[in-house]
Amino acid sequence: MALKTEPFVLNLGPVHPSTHGVFRMRATLDGEVVVDIEPVFGYLHRGVEKLTEQRTYTGIIPLTDRLDYIASMSNNLAYVLAVEKLAGIKVPERAEYIRVIMAELQRVAALLIAVGSFLNDCGAYFTPFLYMFRERERIVDLFEMVSGQRLTYNYMRIGGVSQDIPAEFMPALRKFLDMMPRFLDEYDQLLMQNEILLARAKGVGILTREQAINCSASGPVLRASGVKWDIRKADPYSVYDRFEFDIPTGTVGDCYDRYRQRVAEMRQSLRIIKQAMEQMPPGPVKAEVPHLLHPPVGEAYGRIEAPKGELGFYLVSDNSIAPYRCHIRPPSLINLTALRDMIRGWKVADAIIIFGSIDITVGEIDR
Amino acid sequence: MAIIDFVINNQIHLQAVPPDWPGGFWWHWLFFTVVIIGFVLTLVMGVIYIERRGMGRMQSRLGPNRTGPFGLLQPVADAVKVLLKENIVPVAADKVVHWLAPVIAFAPALMIFAVIPFQNGALLADLNIGILYVVAISSVTTIGVFMAGWGSSNKYSLLGAMRNVAAVVSYEIPLVLAIVGVVLIAGSLSLNQIVLAQNIPFILLQPLGFLLFFAAGCAEINRSPFDLMEADSEIVAGFHTEYSGMKFAMFYLVEYAEAVAIAAIITTLFLAGWKGPLLPPWLWFIIKVLVVFFAMVWTRTTLPRIRIDQLMAFAWKFLFPLALINLVITAIQVLAWPTALPWITIIINLAIMAILVLIWSKFFFKLGWGRIEV
Repeated sequence: MALKTEPFVLNLGPVHPSTHGVFRMRATLDGEVVVDIEPVFGYLHRGVEKLTEQRTYTGIIPLTDRLDYIASMSNNLAYVLAVEKLAGIKVPERAEYIRVIMAELQRVAALLIAVGSFLNDCGAYFTPFLYMFRERERIVDLFEMVSGQRLTYNYMRIGGVSQDIPAEFMPALRKFLDMMPRFLDEYDQLLMQNEILLARAKGVGILTREQAINCSASGPVLRASGVKWDIRKADPYSVYDRFEFDIPTGTVGDCYDRYRQRVAEMRQSLRIIKQAMEQMPPGPVKAEVPHLLHPPVGEAYGRIEAPKGELGFYLVSDNSIAPYRCHIRPPSLINLTALRDMIRGWKVADAIIIFGSIDITVGEIDR
Repeated sequence: MAIIDFVINNQIHLQAVPPDWPGGFWWHWLFFTVVIIGFVLTLVMGVIYIERRGMGRMQSRLGPNRTGPFGLLQPVADAVKVLLKENIVPVAADKVVHWLAPVIAFAPALMIFAVIPFQNGALLADLNIGILYVVAISSVTTIGVFMAGWGSSNKYSLLGAMRNVAAVVSYEIPLVLAIVGVVLIAGSLSLNQIVLAQNIPFILLQPLGFLLFFAAGCAEINRSPFDLMEADSEIVAGFHTEYSGMKFAMFYLVEYAEAVAIAAIITTLFLAGWKGPLLPPWLWFIIKVLVVFFAMVWTRTTLPRIRIDQLMAFAWKFLFPLALINLVITAIQVLAWPTALPWITIIINLAIMAILVLIWSKFFFKLGWGRIEV
């Protein structure tokens, strides 16, 4: 007797342990196999882009903290770069170096969470996740020293940073840099060659080079597919052209490559921080900028290599104290466009890790 | 513990009479039922504490440490909390099935302990088919789990329950085949006789059998890395997603009672049960159970989870053939050298285990276990 079977729809999220916030996937399942998937978002929409139109240019910085809330420093930097481009402000040398150090520390912190939660999605019950949080804690301590905050730093200012780094910052940073490579080796030992992880992540959720370029993916997701594209090299901002670092790339573009890619990028970030520490000159940390900025009429696009990919702020000024329009290019959202192609045909468990390997923050997707 | 010793001594005396002898039987039955329920529930609280503290230490955090000294009362606090919770039944649920499922899952987990000797002769029923009874009873829990998955009318629950049934059907076979090796050496199906036969722990004579049993046992009770049926990052909480209050507590208890049961069976079959020097036998038994359980906690905190097709492949392409080979080798050994020196057999068997596992794991990749080479 032939049984009548039919696919059924499973709502993964918005409240689900591994949707990284309030993301929702409407999955059509044939048994365990995912036949189709439809991402649904908008559960965290706060209208940030509209809010910017009623705030002063400086007042927008705290809003950017709340976009990708696990990489606030990077958001700050991308926004102030756009405003400085718009208003033509020259940033003091020392401030540029501080910004680079902060952005790279933030990259390490955000990638730690990305890797940790990816391994958590694989089912390694919170152990790698909490180990990575242990190191993130040290970075957050450093940020607390300079900004007084532990999540939404609000540290960058138009024309510099809010205040100079305190005296105890540099010794603490040096100590962190000495320890961190050892911890990275520890993570590699823990799971990098684990047979179960290889079986779960290798060859799963392949994003080919062409697909990655076509959907304009960026960041680790793009580089894991073998494209050597990093805005720090391709279109250097701040003082990134003065540092020596490599762009690690993957070969296949599967979940395992994306995981390895992130660990490799952390090592490069540590290299940059080390060089920036040595080269850092003394001097002021903030340019003379009027309290109420009236940038000339025009438009500007500031972009940086955020931990998740290309983060851009597009600003239009009408010479008033608030931008006429502010558009944000969130890397998470653009990277998600390939999700359906990557997941279709895999099992439920794979769908979860593929989604985890893209590494999104819902605050940034919904804005 | 004088009272336990007293009763157990009496017990040995009572064993001399047939179990259907009126006074002896009822006294025996009542005493051991109370002991088993008390023992299992206390031990379950103990292992929950060990799991949470142990996992905490392994994950570089403290674990529960606020309730009582060293957080020892945490399981009690959890139990009280869960008792006071509201009992929620989904509107679309099959009420009777939903209500019955935790009961059906819970009873077998306790019943397994009826044939496990805590001390020489200290067991509820010294069945001459003891281990067969264990295998039969432990599968009944699956029915309860599937009822929970079906009765909740929740898709996550159904997925979890289906995974569980598939896993149990596959893993029973290597599990039983691993047991048969032990039975061949011991020459008895009674768990008490198996312990008495272990002059050296069978883990040394049956190292491969032990590995197979441990892996299959972990899969049977859904401990990590085989915890697919309640994979929290995929299907929320699996079959017990829709359970709350005391019914959830029952499933929670089942999970740990089963873990204790598998640890107790491993102790009995492979680690010489209650045998040990100096300390009293029942203490040895508990120590060994806790050590085995700790090994399970360790794997849980270390390893990622495998996928459903890999779970099946692991059972049918790795554990099953190895269990068959192990059975044949054991049978030949028992027939050919019934009086062989133990240490020669130990060395031979360890070498066989190492070679077999190495060769078969190479072969296993060829057979394909869901790993994609790119």
